[in-house]
Amino acid sequence: MKVYIRSSACVSPQNTFNSVDFLTDIIESTGTRLKAIEPDYKEFIDPKQIRRMSHVIKMGIAAAKSCLTQADVEMPGAVITGTALGCIADTVTFLTRIVEQEEEMLPPTAFIQSTHNTVAAQIALMLKCHNYNNTFVHKGISFESALFDAVMLLNEQEADNILVGGVEEMVDASFAVLTRLGLYKRWPLSNLSLYNTPTNGTIGGEGAAFFLVSSEESSDNLAQLTGLKLLYKPTSIEEDIITFIKSHELSIEDIDLVITGKNGDTKNDEIYKSLSDSIFKNKPLANYKHLCGEYPTSSSFALWMASNIVKGGVIPEIAKEGKFELASPKKVLIYNHYQGKYHSLMLISAT
Amino acid sequence: MSSSVYIAGVGVISAIGNNVAENLASLKSEHAGMGDITMMDTIYRKQLPVAEVKLSNDELAALADLPANISRTTLLSAIAAKEALDDANIPNLNSLRTGFVSANSVGGMDKSEDFFVKFLADNSKGKLRDIFDHECGSMTELVADKLGISDFMTTVSTACSSSANAIFYGARLIKNDIVDVVIAGGTDSLTKFTLNGFNTLMILDKEFCKPFDENREGLNLGEGSGYLVLVSEKVAKKLAKQPYCTLSGYNNSNDAYHQTASSPDGTGSYLAMLGALKKSGLQTTDIDYINLHGTGTPNNDSAEGTAIKRLFGPDYPPMSSTKSYTGHTLGASGGIEAVFSVLAIKNKLIYPNLRFETRMDELPFEPVKELLTDQDIKHVMSNSFGFGGNCTSLIFSAI
Repeated sequence: MKVYIRSSACVSPQNTFNSVDFLTDIIESTGTRLKAIEPDYKEFIDPKQIRRMSHVIKMGIAAAKSCLTQADVEMPGAVITGTALGCIADTVTFLTRIVEQEEEMLPPTAFIQSTHNTVAAQIALMLKCHNYNNTFVHKGISFESALFDAVMLLNEQEADNILVGGVEEMVDASFAVLTRLGLYKRWPLSNLSLYNTPTNGTIGGEGAAFFLVSSEESSDNLAQLTGLKLLYKPTSIEEDIITFIKSHELSIEDIDLVITGKNGDTKNDEIYKSLSDSIFKNKPLANYKHLCGEYPTSSSFALWMASNIVKGGVIPEIAKEGKFELASPKKVLIYNHYQGKYHSLMLISAT
Repeated sequence: MSSSVYIAGVGVISAIGNNVAENLASLKSEHAGMGDITMMDTIYRKQLPVAEVKLSNDELAALADLPANISRTTLLSAIAAKEALDDANIPNLNSLRTGFVSANSVGGMDKSEDFFVKFLADNSKGKLRDIFDHECGSMTELVADKLGISDFMTTVSTACSSSANAIFYGARLIKNDIVDVVIAGGTDSLTKFTLNGFNTLMILDKEFCKPFDENREGLNLGEGSGYLVLVSEKVAKKLAKQPYCTLSGYNNSNDAYHQTASSPDGTGSYLAMLGALKKSGLQTTDIDYINLHGTGTPNNDSAEGTAIKRLFGPDYPPMSSTKSYTGHTLGASGGIEAVFSVLAIKNKLIYPNLRFETRMDELPFEPVKELLTDQDIKHVMSNSFGFGGNCTSLIFSAI
């Protein structure tokens, strides 16, 4: 069975949403946190509801709906999301009120919208979609888990036209906690110079990227998802990558471009550096986290980018690691890891 | 794609017992687990009954062989998951591909809400240790590490249907030949966050809950965890003992009506039950027992009852809500009730719906009031419905 990406939409700190340009008009920002650019939600959500909805719900709905519009599909066969922290804004709001109001006279809205499956549920509600609806919340492989579920559903022939997305919002409280946990750099820097001075920490980010996946071949498809692999604490990622590529009857030479999860943190990037001296030696490489920041479902941004690269045949200059020319890459490997524990491999091919 | 998925092991901890044997004994002796709040520091002590696991974090930690300063949700998970895996007693487990699919609704919230008090006053305060494992995935990861599972793991969170979804995702991992063995279910501990959340919705009963009763007034929150060990046909053949049953049907459908309320006609519940029957190739008349979602809130039970009436009428199988024993354990409920469903088949039991008095006006049926023994149970349906219209039905079938 083959898995195709029919369409994709991405809300991110860059002009990625409903944009004709493909990562040419780059937003530079100084600090240690990139915020997503808000689309005009009126196009996608009833204005009365917009006010009540948190950032992550709105980003998710906009990306999901745009994805359906692009593919000209009204009703998806399933809705699956991945998110590590879920509706963290509403969670923090409700926690704050519990403390400040000493558990009394609390309004329910923040609690109601705090459950991790709210984005998937709101999409279903808006579309009146009664089909399979699931949400995965497993740290740095939340999105990959959702995508994995979609691939299984297609394989089981249980559903087609599956809407699958990765969503994450950053709020002040989570940013403060994650900063204290040492995830981010200790001084402000431009996202475009993230890779210039390898030190401890990266920059935070957020976003929502959705994909409509199908087993139907069509010239209109954006890309093919040739392979997907999730790994936990692998003993040799190098061997796992070789095995993964082989399992799809390809060799490393067949891969035109590798997108890695390089994020500017010395320790995080060690493995990418070591691979660039071994199996990825002389291989065109691309980065994406200087564009969207680091967050648990950032690999969904990478998949959006890779799909558009194989469809349009152009690699955005801003994404390239070093200088190289490469016309019409056909096979792109995305390799990302989250804090060294969770590793994921996605192989994307031109259709 | 391999056809059948077998249940090889069960593990549970809840307000009615710290293991399978204790839970079964309480189910048989009609012993409910609700009582006053003793563990949480909340203004609702002595006001709202809850169904607590009767062990402190220190005691749970000793049982789980884990540190006592981690989330209670993780401790509960580790205990039941280990019991399930030991129960399955799978030969040469190390040579098999094993997965862990766990669910929970609020991750390490019991610790996070402690952290938050100090953090809110000053963002540089609060013990980082208490917030480090806030993410839902952390509970799963810590338990997987403890069990030595690394081939596949993920976490599901769809509110109150979370662990039912985890169980059938686990079954599908086997059918898709991703793993040979999977431990699947869910866990949740009581938190101030959820207690206050449900309280704002005004759906907590100040007395012990009365699911499916005309005069029901809401749910009691509970805590615990429940896991099944699911194995492929190939592994089932090598087991020292006969597997309990198969997971023959499953479905998730969405009510698509409201973020928290169920539709009046229970569309999502209806579609989930119908879908699970279709998947199993069974008729409504084949179902010998329904373990209801049956939270005890006016809206939930009405929707579920209406959906059952529409799908099963006029022949209704025996049914009951074991939330009348355990309270509503949220992300753990689907796992705990899956264990109870498996035990119903194995022990030929139908559990009573405790405290039931008056049939609901709108329904032509009522739940079972007394323990039924020596029942020839071939097929059990277990319902789990959650926020976001997330409705899941599982069907377990005798071998």
